[in-house]
Formats: sequence, structure tokens, C-alpha cells
Amino acid sequence: MIRSIGRLALRRLAFAVPVLLVVSFALFVLAKASPFDPVERYFGVRIIGASPERVAQLRENWGVDEPVVAQYWAWLRHAVTGDLGDSLSLQQPVASVIGDRLGWTVLLVSVGFTLALLLGLLLGTFAAWRQGSWLDRLITGGCYALEAAPVFWVGLAVLYVFALQLRWLPGGGVTTGSEPVSAGGVAAHMVLPVAVLAISQAPWFVLFVRQNLLESFTEDHVIGARARGLPDHLVVSGHALRTSLLPFLTLLGARLPELITGALLVETVFSWPGIARATVEAALNVDFALLGALTVMATAVVLVGNLLADVLYALADPRVALDG
Amino acid sequence: MRRAVCALLTVVLVAACSSPDGSTTGSATSIVIGAGSEPENLNPVLGYAPDGAAKIFDGLVSRDASLALKPALADGLPTASADGLTWTAKLRKDITFSDGTPLTAQDVVFTYKSVLDKKVNSTIATRFDAVTDVVAVDTGTVEFTLSHAYAPFPQQLTLGIVPAAKFAGVDVNSAPFNTAPIGTGPYTVAEWRKGDRLVLKANEKYWGGAPAIKTVTVVFVPDDNARATRMAAGEFDGTVLPPKLARSYVSKSGYRLVQNPSADYRGLGIPSELPFTSDPRVRRAINLGINRQAMIDAVLAGSGKPAATPISPHLKDWYDPSATFAFDTAEAARLLDEAGWRKGADGKRARDGQPARLPVLYPAPDVLRKELALAAASDIAKLGIDAPVEATTFEVMLQRRGEAASVWGGGEPYDPDTAAYTLLHSRYAGQQGYVNMTLYRNSTVDTALDTGRRSLDPGVRKQAYQDFQRAYVNDPGWAFLVFLDHTYVLRDKWNGQETQVEPHDHGLVNAVWWNLERWTPKP
Repeated sequence: MIRSIGRLALRRLAFAVPVLLVVSFALFVLAKASPFDPVERYFGVRIIGASPERVAQLRENWGVDEPVVAQYWAWLRHAVTGDLGDSLSLQQPVASVIGDRLGWTVLLVSVGFTLALLLGLLLGTFAAWRQGSWLDRLITGGCYALEAAPVFWVGLAVLYVFALQLRWLPGGGVTTGSEPVSAGGVAAHMVLPVAVLAISQAPWFVLFVRQNLLESFTEDHVIGARARGLPDHLVVSGHALRTSLLPFLTLLGARLPELITGALLVETVFSWPGIARATVEAALNVDFALLGALTVMATAVVLVGNLLADVLYALADPRVALDG
Repeated sequence: MRRAVCALLTVVLVAACSSPDGSTTGSATSIVIGAGSEPENLNPVLGYAPDGAAKIFDGLVSRDASLALKPALADGLPTASADGLTWTAKLRKDITFSDGTPLTAQDVVFTYKSVLDKKVNSTIATRFDAVTDVVAVDTGTVEFTLSHAYAPFPQQLTLGIVPAAKFAGVDVNSAPFNTAPIGTGPYTVAEWRKGDRLVLKANEKYWGGAPAIKTVTVVFVPDDNARATRMAAGEFDGTVLPPKLARSYVSKSGYRLVQNPSADYRGLGIPSELPFTSDPRVRRAINLGINRQAMIDAVLAGSGKPAATPISPHLKDWYDPSATFAFDTAEAARLLDEAGWRKGADGKRARDGQPARLPVLYPAPDVLRKELALAAASDIAKLGIDAPVEATTFEVMLQRRGEAASVWGGGEPYDPDTAAYTLLHSRYAGQQGYVNMTLYRNSTVDTALDTGRRSLDPGVRKQAYQDFQRAYVNDPGWAFLVFLDHTYVLRDKWNGQETQVEPHDHGLVNAVWWNLERWTPKP
């Protein structure tokens, strides 16, 4: 088992290398084609009246007029040695740009994702268990509505209700005023962004769990358990839920890219000092070094997430072959 | 399981209710500022706060409320040689950086040489184009050598001085210093969480006296509405707001509404090479046909001054009150007729079958420029000119500078040279970049701008800029629209605010809190 997991990981790793190369190169090509000019963005308002010689000097220092292949090669050569270069827009090494912000994003995403999973399991089970009831209709109806609503829209609505009208919770940042960072303060500031991230992701899990449960209710082992007169809640949680959880693992891996996009929007709406805002800025400023590092990171997270899902699947169900 | 859900909901609600509602009851020795923009770095060499009021740094000179230069790190205003090619500054002897190391002439030389270094990506190097060399004559004296006489040179010496020792063996472009700087200024950086907030602490050993406000927290909130909300929720002690959002504070007790004059213009650059607008009479007609006061009343809620040239009316020493444009549509129509652009049956003007057409561009995300573009285009259309409005980017505005008018912004109050030279001198027409974007050429304007730049005699300079303004309004290359007033809301807890005419750039520095280190809590 362990050996075949190792082989799977190795095979995926070998596959990941070309994927990362293609994705990062595509990014450079796209960024190069963007209508924004990194040097003009860097100057900001001071571009008005800046002497042409100085602007040309900066273009040369940065090599922005070199062909995209040369720029990509220069970036790649350093990146493989672990040197991610300097962010041009923030005048900081890329490693420290990411280091300063990644923690906040990981906090937001991990809590939000866990909450989305719990909500998915809980509500999905409820809805399936009481299929056709008003509760089921309420849950599924709510899920379809949330699936259709854009994350930033949900974020703004929640901000309006809880931060502006009711004033229960702070509307942005991680601390209030000049307070230092404290666990309690961060927890209060986290409630709204985490809730928005969770409820925007949960519908997929809820509907998935509900559908699978309903299917497994018609399977022999569940009908058998019911026929033996086992209590209903035991049949649902012990017999039906367990077998329907397997495909759930695959969904987890598949939802990761969505989660990253969701986090990006949530961070923007709630002024969360995470990596997402840096990503938006890097894109607007055509900051190749920062964009490259962030894209490779996001791609790697998705690849690793899918690998983990497959490994868990195999561990949970020995019939699943890892060599396929 | 139902019970579990109820319990979960209760926990969430209780957590929600017991959390802080965002109000601060801070003492007057600390202040929380909501800023609209965040600096990219805090290194003066790369371009942080070049006009002084830098909080963390001091320049050789600084400015008082009337914008007059006064010595700061220099022991007296820098002096020029008779030919204006050598400037000498003597340093005060008692200055140390906040880490305790003494300031020497070497630090000043390092600062300016780094700005001029071609390998350093400084956004303000253009200001020092005239400088060919900087040397330390002794530990307390610095000498600048210029390639040509340049009267506004001392205005540029407000740039903050950095300690050379912190950069030994480090690339300035990505030095740790850029986010954790050391300066001689009234405040030191305690913490900078990028994208969120900057916390400054008073420098108790500041040579100008320790500030009374001990902690300054600057929270960065780019969105105007979000900033207004958090100000209303009591989280901030002061913030910058668009005039319309600030109006609710006019008579709110405990708050002050501050409107500061500026040299921050918004103007329509009219292409001099477009056949239709290549005739100075057409450009004058457009200037006369725009109702600037109506624009100020409707778009800016009254907070602004009409503009005619890049010289702000708030600059009493330089401004020529006769160099303005009246709102006179009859005269505008007469000029257009005279230039051969006559009205057809449909009310649209044309000449030799060519329709009179001037597209108006603005940068898409900028709401203020959009409203000004629409107002200007509607006034121009009333003259019988087809003026379609298009949203775009700065890059496209620059590319289309030969055939479309664009709403540009900029301006600073310190010297007419910096406000006008690169914008209107013909030597920049057709050059790469954001210089002379309208391809404007007028030899009288060139001569006046050159004289104003070269002469060190204040009388000669004043005359030169009068000549410039008069020559310009007879042959305008732009339709300068308005000088904005910058609007701030401030909790009424401090004394010491002084009004200073502000430049285009007004985030953490140069704003109502430009002299924050001298504010004192109200008794």
C-alpha cells in the first residue's frame, strides 16, 4: 500500500513539473499581452513629467522590453535555485512578500474550508434524511441561490447587514484602530470573512452529500439495516453516510481552485491582509516575479490537493487501484 | 443533531454580539488615520515623500505653512554660487538618526548619489536631472554641482536623508530598509503590516522636540465608501474623503471638516496636432466654452477653483489673475466661425466637409475624472463640436495623444517650473512618456519657461512666469478645468493644524496632517 502510494506521488510529481512549466510560461505570455505597463504602474502619479531618459533607464534595468522567452528564462533560472527574485511593485524580495501574507490567507482558508465541510455534511445529511420536508426544500433552495450568487456580492451584502446596519462585527482588516494583534481581536475580525467563504463553498458539499445519501438509501445494505429494525439515525450516520462519503473526497480536491478564487474575492472585500490582495496588485502592476511565484504556488496547491484526495480515497477503499 | 445545530447557532450569535463594535475611545496622545493610498516603500531614495513632511525623515530643508523654505537638517538655507552652478549646504551638528548614529555629510551624499545611480529604480530621479555631482567637502558640508543654472533646485532639497551605513553591501532596490526605515524624523516605524496598517511611534529624542502625539496608526482603506463607513463607525480620528461623502460632517459636533486648497489640477489635454484643434483659435474657443464654475458646483460640491493654466490661484507669488478664461460661448462661437468651422443645418460644425470632432478620454476607474470628462464634453458639444466620451487606460490615453483629448491630473504648488516645464515646453513634444502630452509648441512660452528656470533673480523669474501665463492663454494647449480642494474629516481633539496649499499627492504626507508632529491635545 505504502509503496503504491509512493509510486503514485512520484508519478504525479513527474507530471506536475511540465504542468507548472506550462502554467508559468502561459502566465508570462498573458502578462506580456496585458494593456498595462509595469514601468508606468511603478511610477504612479510621478510618471507625469518624468523625463524620458529616466523612464528608459528603468525599462532597461528591468529588462521589460526583452522578448517574453528571455524574461521567462531569466525568471525560471533563478526560481529553480529557490531565488524567487524581487517584487518590482513592492520593492521587497518575493519570498518576504509571500511570507508576510501567507499566514493570514492560510488562517482564513483553512477555517473557512473546515466550516464549509462541516456545514456540507451536517446540512446535506439533514436534507437527505428529511427528504421532501420544508427543511429539505429550504436547504436545497438556499444552496441553489448561493451557488448562483457571486462571492463578492455575498460579501458586500454581509458587510452591509452586519458591519454597517447592525454594527455587530468589524467590517475589515484584522485589528481595530491602533489595537495590537490579539487572538480575540483577530477572531472577531475573522467571523464575517470566514462565514462568507464557508457559505459560498458549502452549497456544493451540501447538495453532493444529499444526492449521494439519497442514492445510498436505495442500496441493499441500507435497506437491510432498516429491515433489521436499527434506529433511523444509526442507519443514516453509520450505514448510508459512510459509503457515500467516498466520492466526497474527490470533490474536495476538485473544489480547491474554486476555494482559492473565493478567498481572493473575500480578502478584497474585507481588506484582509492576505496573499490575495498582493495577487491583484501584482497582476495590475505586471509584476512578473511576484505573479510567477504566486501562480506556481496556487497550481502546486491544486495538484497536491488532488493527490491527497486520491491517496485518501485509496486508503478509505482498498478496492481503488492507485496505478490506474 | 437538531440540538447540536441550535447550540452552534447560539455560539455564533453570542460571539457576534460580544465582539467590539469598532469604536475607539483613544486618548489624544494617539491618532488613527484612515488613508486612501499606501506607500509602496518608505525609502526616500526610491521616491517616498520627496516633498518633505515625511514623518520618519527630514530633508536638508523643509517648508512652513506658507510653503517658504526653512532650514531643517541644514544649518541655514543652501547657497548658490554666482553662476548658479554650485550649491552648498552646511549641516547642523547635533543630529542623530533614530538608531543613535550621528548624521554626516556622507549620508547626504549617499542619499543623492543613490537617487542619481542608474541602477537604482528611483521614481524621483527626474527632479535631479540638472545635478552632475554631489561631494562632501568636510563632515559637515555638502556641495552640489549642476550642469545648468536651475533656480528651483533648493525646492528639491526637501528629500529625506537616509543613513548610508544601513545600505552597506545591500541592493537599494530591495533593501530591508525599504519597509523598516531609520531616519532623523519626528517618528519611527513601529510596525508596517502591508495592505493593512502602519504604526508610527514618537521619536522622543527628535532634534525639533518630541511630538505630543505619541502613536500614529495609519490604516489603509483604498475604497472611498469603506473609508467613510469606518470613519462613521468611529474607528478613525481623521480621514480624506470626496467632498460629497464628507458633507454629513459639516455641523457634526466633535468633528471638523477641513478643506485645503491645492495645486492639484484636472485638465483636458487638447492635441495640438489634430487638424481640427491645431488652430489656436479652436483651442481658445474650447476654453471659453467650458463652464468651470458649474463643474465645480455640480461635480465637486463647490470644493475647487477654476483653472486656466497649471499655476494655481493659491500661489499668490506667481499667479497672474488676468490670465484666465471667461465663460463666453458667444466669443467661442465667433472664434470657431473665424477659424472656418461653421455650423451646418444640424447644428454641427464642419469645414470643407470635415466634421468638427474631438474625442474625450478618461481613465476608467477614476470617478471624478469621468464626471469632469462628461461635463466638459457636454459643454464642448454645445459649441457644435462632436465630442464622444470614452473610458480607457492611461496607456491608451498616451497612445492617442495626437488625436484625442484626455483628462489628465497632476500639479504641485512649490515652483512654477516643476508645474509647467515638462508639460508645456516644446523640447518634450513628441518624446516618449508622459511629458508634453498635447504636443504643444509655442516659442514665447518656451523662452519664458527657460528664463524662469535659469535665472536666480526673483524679479526676473516673476516676470518670466507672468509672460508665460499671458502667452499661454492666447494659445492654450490644454483646457485646464479645476484645482481641487482636498477634503478631510477630523475629530476635534487637537490644536496646531495649519493650512498648506497641497500637491496632487496627498496620502500619509502633505495632507492636513503634514505638521502632525506639532499638534497638541486640546485641553
